[in-house]
Amino acid sequence: MDVLDTVRPAAGVAASRRSSRWIVRLAGLLAAVAALLLVALLSLAVGAKPIPPGTVVHELLHYDGSDDGVVIYSLRLPRTALGLAVGAGLGLAGALMQALTRNPLADPGLLGVNAGAAAAVVAAIGVVGVRSASGYVWFALAGAAVAAVGVYLLGSRGRSAATPVRLALAGAAISAVLESFISGLVLTDQRTFNDFRFWSVGAIAGRDLTVLWQTGPFLLAGAVLALGLARPLNAIALGDDAGRALGAHLGRTRVLGILAITLLCGAATAAAGPIGFVGLAVPHLVRAITGPDQRWVLPYSMVLAPALLLAADIVGRVVARPGEIEVGIVTAFVGAPVLVLLARRRRLVAL
Amino acid sequence: MTGGPIGAIRARPVHTRILGSRRSGLSVRVHTRSCLVAGVLVALILVVSAVILTTGDYPISLRDAIPAIVGRGNGAAQFIVTTLRLPRLLTGLLVGVALGVGGAVFQSLSRNPLGSPDIVGFDTGAATGALLVILVLHGTMFQIAAGSVLGGVATALLVYLLAVRRGVQGYRLILVGIGAAAMLSSVNSYLLTRADITDAQTAAVWLTGSLNGRGWEHVRPVAIALAVLLPLACLLGRELRMLELGDDTARALGVRAERTRLASVVVGVGLTAIATASAGPIAFVALAAPQIARRLTAVPGPNVLPSALVGALVLSASDLAAQRAFAPTQLPVGVATGVIGGVYLVWLLARQWRRGHG
Repeated sequence: MDVLDTVRPAAGVAASRRSSRWIVRLAGLLAAVAALLLVALLSLAVGAKPIPPGTVVHELLHYDGSDDGVVIYSLRLPRTALGLAVGAGLGLAGALMQALTRNPLADPGLLGVNAGAAAAVVAAIGVVGVRSASGYVWFALAGAAVAAVGVYLLGSRGRSAATPVRLALAGAAISAVLESFISGLVLTDQRTFNDFRFWSVGAIAGRDLTVLWQTGPFLLAGAVLALGLARPLNAIALGDDAGRALGAHLGRTRVLGILAITLLCGAATAAAGPIGFVGLAVPHLVRAITGPDQRWVLPYSMVLAPALLLAADIVGRVVARPGEIEVGIVTAFVGAPVLVLLARRRRLVAL
Repeated sequence: MTGGPIGAIRARPVHTRILGSRRSGLSVRVHTRSCLVAGVLVALILVVSAVILTTGDYPISLRDAIPAIVGRGNGAAQFIVTTLRLPRLLTGLLVGVALGVGGAVFQSLSRNPLGSPDIVGFDTGAATGALLVILVLHGTMFQIAAGSVLGGVATALLVYLLAVRRGVQGYRLILVGIGAAAMLSSVNSYLLTRADITDAQTAAVWLTGSLNGRGWEHVRPVAIALAVLLPLACLLGRELRMLELGDDTARALGVRAERTRLASVVVGVGLTAIATASAGPIAFVALAAPQIARRLTAVPGPNVLPSALVGALVLSASDLAAQRAFAPTQLPVGVATGVIGGVYLVWLLARQWRRGHG
């Protein structure tokens, strides 16, 4: 009797606290989506030819072939759409990578995806002679996939499954070999170096929509896979043994997670070049807001990463008029101060 | 992951021997396997050094080379050995030692196998400093080295100060380091894409790390710095091994955690700075050498001396490969360290994991 009396109200309080926290997080996610839409609208409006937001909305609803409409549809819409897709892919891949390896230094490039894609692109430029962004795409995708499979096979040798430390080390080792191959090729051939230095900063400008059609299906498949992994990842966060005791399939979760990261990060890198920092930093920002629950970390990362990417792209258009600065260069400048401030202020949510 | 000791190695009985008399209080614990590993590494380093000194465009027999080292060789052999090959070899070996030990200190400090001097933004800052000197000021080799050290130390200092908040937590240091490194690498790519292609390629060679044309003036500073910093690193090694158990445990064992951490950052940055100034930011040695050393000796902790030997071996072997593999094209050594260190690490990991260890 006594016990029941004390337990019941406590359980009720806990339940109501849980549901109110749920509502706060949902509201936060909706606010993030609203912010993303606002940034996307700005991305359509800001540029060498500024277009008022009202006109942007009007043109989106009723295209009338005016100059503004042409600018929006032929230049800014493909760029914004690509930024949304690439940003979402990088954010999800980053959150997934950190959850899977339980390592705050892990970024999606660690699986060798970026190095594989870059090595394939260098080979495409230097050996095959491909010279356009949409031509690089298939090479980059194939390179990313081969590198990720190699890292996973190395990491999962032996009887036990691939542990986080193994994956991180295997990825670092294979990336180092690939990067040596890249610098060997680049240092001996000036023309390849010239093409490669512009690919390697990462940009979403000047790509047409074919790039998005080429990589979109991979991004979509990766996103569906990633969001489905939230629950088992939560269990694994407690450690391998506790996770297994809670019914998570360690091996299956890791294989699916790596598949998702390869699809997301490989496709994003193929579309825009290696854009660093977004995948690494956004999950840290998100965990400071949501706490460690992957069911919230993954969708938040998917929304906030493209917002950061597009905001960086807009800043890149404005600061160096009449020229532009590639988005891969600006992202860190927009995001890093926030990361440093958060690291100083908040109680940190470690992995 | 962040909490546990890095690259966990399965516990096995450790064969040690106590040398000296216990009664007098002067005794040393000797780990048999580590000594064996160190002996083999030294032998391999001697073999690689002999090959580097005797082969090349002008082959010199070992019988001519050894007198030349001590200054009693004949004309051409004397010149080639003492002014061309020996300083380059020594620079490579010493830089390798500095990188190996620096990496070991930082990996132990961050309790992370991916921890490198870059967690305090050093490498990226050094690259920014060097790029500014090369691309904007068009400076000499000496100015480039000075610029890189200045950039690296300033970045490391800034990151450390930003991370201080009632003591430095490892995790906060890593996050601030990531932020600073990311911003500076943006600056680096911006400088590289906006520069003239010839300048950019000069910068790219420097950024890869090279030992081409190193003379005695490069050997001396590294040797002096190592003479000071290496003993310090060895002393810190003991405390770092206890710090890997966690701050609380280490404190209970009598380690002053904050002081050890600050001293380690200073020693690690100093070692990396002198290596970068001598040969540019050579990739991967700092990451691979401690991992390889730890797997060879099977001892926990930073493994300072084995890491130093592995670093020296990897770097000198890489320089040999970079000079000879695509002759007459002389690739910078940084291209080969990734291949040699990377392939060896892959092989080592695969072998170890197949047997079910680690």
